[in-house]
Amino acid sequence: MAMVQPHNLRRRLWAARIAMWLFLLITLSPLVMLILASLESGNVATDSLIPRQFSLEHWYLALGIPWEQADGTVIDPPFPVLPWLWNSIKVATISSILIVTFTTTGAYTCARLRLPGKRVLLALMITLPMFPPVLSLTGFYSLFDQLGYYAGWLGLDSLWSLTLAHLGGVILPFWLLKGYLATIDKSPEEAASIAGANVWQTLRYILLPTSIPILVTAFTVAFIASISEFPLASVLLNSTDKLTLTVGLRRYLQLEPPPWRDFAAAAILCGLPITAVFLVGQHWLVAGQRVFGLRGGD
Amino acid sequence: MRLPRLPIVIIVDLLLLYGVTLMYAQGEVAIAILILMVVAFGSWLVVSKGRSNFHLVFPCLVMVAAFIVLPLLYTINIAFTNYSADHRLSCERAQAALLSESWRPAGEYYRLKLFREGSGLRLMLFGSAVSEEHFLTGPVVNSNTRQKVSAFVSTHRPGGAELSPDEVNNKSTILANLVILLPDGTEVAMITPGVFGRSVSSYRVAVDRPYPDQSLDLIDNRTGETLWANMTTGYFTRENNAEPVGPGFIIDTGWDNFVRVFTDPAIHNPLLKNFAWSVMFAAISVGLSLTIGLLLATLLHWEPLREKKIYRVLLILPYAIPLFIAALMFRGLFNQDSGEINLLLTWLFGSGLPWFSNASLAKTMVIMVNTWLGYPYMMILCTGLLASIPGDLYEASAIDGASPVQNLVHITIPMMIKPLVPVLIACFAYNFNNLVLIAMLTDGAPHIPDSPVGATDVVAGYAYQTAFVSHDYGLAAAVATLVFVLAGGVAWLNLLATKRL
Repeated sequence: MAMVQPHNLRRRLWAARIAMWLFLLITLSPLVMLILASLESGNVATDSLIPRQFSLEHWYLALGIPWEQADGTVIDPPFPVLPWLWNSIKVATISSILIVTFTTTGAYTCARLRLPGKRVLLALMITLPMFPPVLSLTGFYSLFDQLGYYAGWLGLDSLWSLTLAHLGGVILPFWLLKGYLATIDKSPEEAASIAGANVWQTLRYILLPTSIPILVTAFTVAFIASISEFPLASVLLNSTDKLTLTVGLRRYLQLEPPPWRDFAAAAILCGLPITAVFLVGQHWLVAGQRVFGLRGGD
Repeated sequence: MRLPRLPIVIIVDLLLLYGVTLMYAQGEVAIAILILMVVAFGSWLVVSKGRSNFHLVFPCLVMVAAFIVLPLLYTINIAFTNYSADHRLSCERAQAALLSESWRPAGEYYRLKLFREGSGLRLMLFGSAVSEEHFLTGPVVNSNTRQKVSAFVSTHRPGGAELSPDEVNNKSTILANLVILLPDGTEVAMITPGVFGRSVSSYRVAVDRPYPDQSLDLIDNRTGETLWANMTTGYFTRENNAEPVGPGFIIDTGWDNFVRVFTDPAIHNPLLKNFAWSVMFAAISVGLSLTIGLLLATLLHWEPLREKKIYRVLLILPYAIPLFIAALMFRGLFNQDSGEINLLLTWLFGSGLPWFSNASLAKTMVIMVNTWLGYPYMMILCTGLLASIPGDLYEASAIDGASPVQNLVHITIPMMIKPLVPVLIACFAYNFNNLVLIAMLTDGAPHIPDSPVGATDVVAGYAYQTAFVSHDYGLAAAVATLVFVLAGGVAWLNLLATKRL
């Protein structure tokens, strides 16, 4: 493209590069510090940023393996990090599968089929995110407290309760799917319908096979939302072995003094799978954009 | 795909109806009716196979109703009650708690020894009198449910090994649920750990009263006094003594909680501080993230910068890290005594900064961290919007000799502002209630004296602390309800604005 270029381009270019690298230095150094901290021996503060005594002890402890020190004393893992990660994954997976399953039919109906009261329903779905669950915490707490009176597994301190509570995260995946359906061509569905397929058959054989990328994206959105959710988990869960990551990892830094380097290893260990899920979802989102011309997010 | 609809509906309905009956029997009429209505409507939709297509949205709608709308309405409902640490049971459950209390009338009490018997236990009960004679129970099962065994008089020790005091401690739940029938027909149960004796219910239901009051009033078995459920204090009270008895129960208190919020300075002073901070925090965070995101996006949009793909990946990195892990990471890095950031500051300037004990510094830190978390999203958003601005506008401005700043102010920002506004409003609303960041990063620190909150707590944090630290759920729900009203107002304005556009 023949752009009109200013004469001092080189100088500007180098100024931009230096600014960019300075900015990156500031934004990325916290991550480097976290990684370095996880590899330094002991939890006592030192006066150096660079690890002097390299040790894998915090990684062993994060994985739940007791660490034997040079003098023979054994340090036990301070918290059950892997069970917490597993709890988080269970809750997020089950709630996300339910959310994606039911928002698929819901969004399909709203985008394609006749539905009495559709306008009211959509207005509700637009307005409700203004009332975030963090403000309804007392309601959630009291409801599950009372449910637990009839069925213990649905009461407080139960991962099933948390899974159910996370089903409230249907709205974002709903809009994601509905927005996607608005962009794709209707004609294959109409052809199927003329050929005599019912709603289920159209959904199952025409729409779903071509919608895998957006379904994966919707799943990722719901999964990340659930696994990073803190307020409900902190209110509904209590015993150490039932905690999820958000509530559990916070306990590290509430100790005085905080076992900072134990935390660093645990945080990286638990952050990596979540970041991986995010990146996979991101990849699918990009693929979805390329194939279906979906414009990100709307 | 053909599912046999009718049998599935019948099975699901029967299970749910069982639950409804249970709840109705326990006096939870409201919940029972609600579930009944949902069940009836859902079954009708599935069975009728109507052309309304409503059964396809129904599960989605139930999720919204049950896990967004119901807790919201329930929170508003709690705002009009005295639900708190001392009043957490319904009146019926408080009454049941009193009815399960027991006392020990004068008479023999027994100490005990435990012996192993197969996989279970055998108890030896000693009287207070010194004699060889004691009672031995039959086998006691190792189970934490209620069980009743009879005992007989004996002069011998049982065959099994005696349990050590530690082992006896471990069996306390079994012992607490054990009733022993002595040969003379009296029943004894655990009074305190290690002591068994005759125990009698402390209260009985006052059946001799006329109908409306009958079910709630109690009679004290020891004194014969009547206890009545005082609906203005939320406690059971004796007739001639205002002292509350046992656990309190939940009563409706009308607008009391709201009156407290508006008239009690100890409540609304910290609340107003948190409110002002929420607004400031949300506005500055969104503003800073947008500024940085836009600048970076403009740079990345710049044709001559050839290596921009590397920058893009590195710049998006903070976005891929879950918020709670990033915020906790910064909590450690900013730690006043041992954090890496103060280490660096000490090395550069000779001393670190009190990031958590000075309110202004804590607020600065929270905004810095939130900007770190927020700029990648704004950058991605702005990149997309920049790509949609026609390139010939910049071409024309370059011919006129415009500077990059002039380009930004006169072309880029005016072209982007319209699609940005709804996103910015959403980001503001999100950050206004960003309890997660505060809970992870500062826990509200520094603490505001004589209040449940700290200087960096947002309004949602005030509600959270009031409910789950001070256990004043009613007051917390009232604060949440006020925020609902505020959010409702904003939603309404938003709706009006979108209609006008």
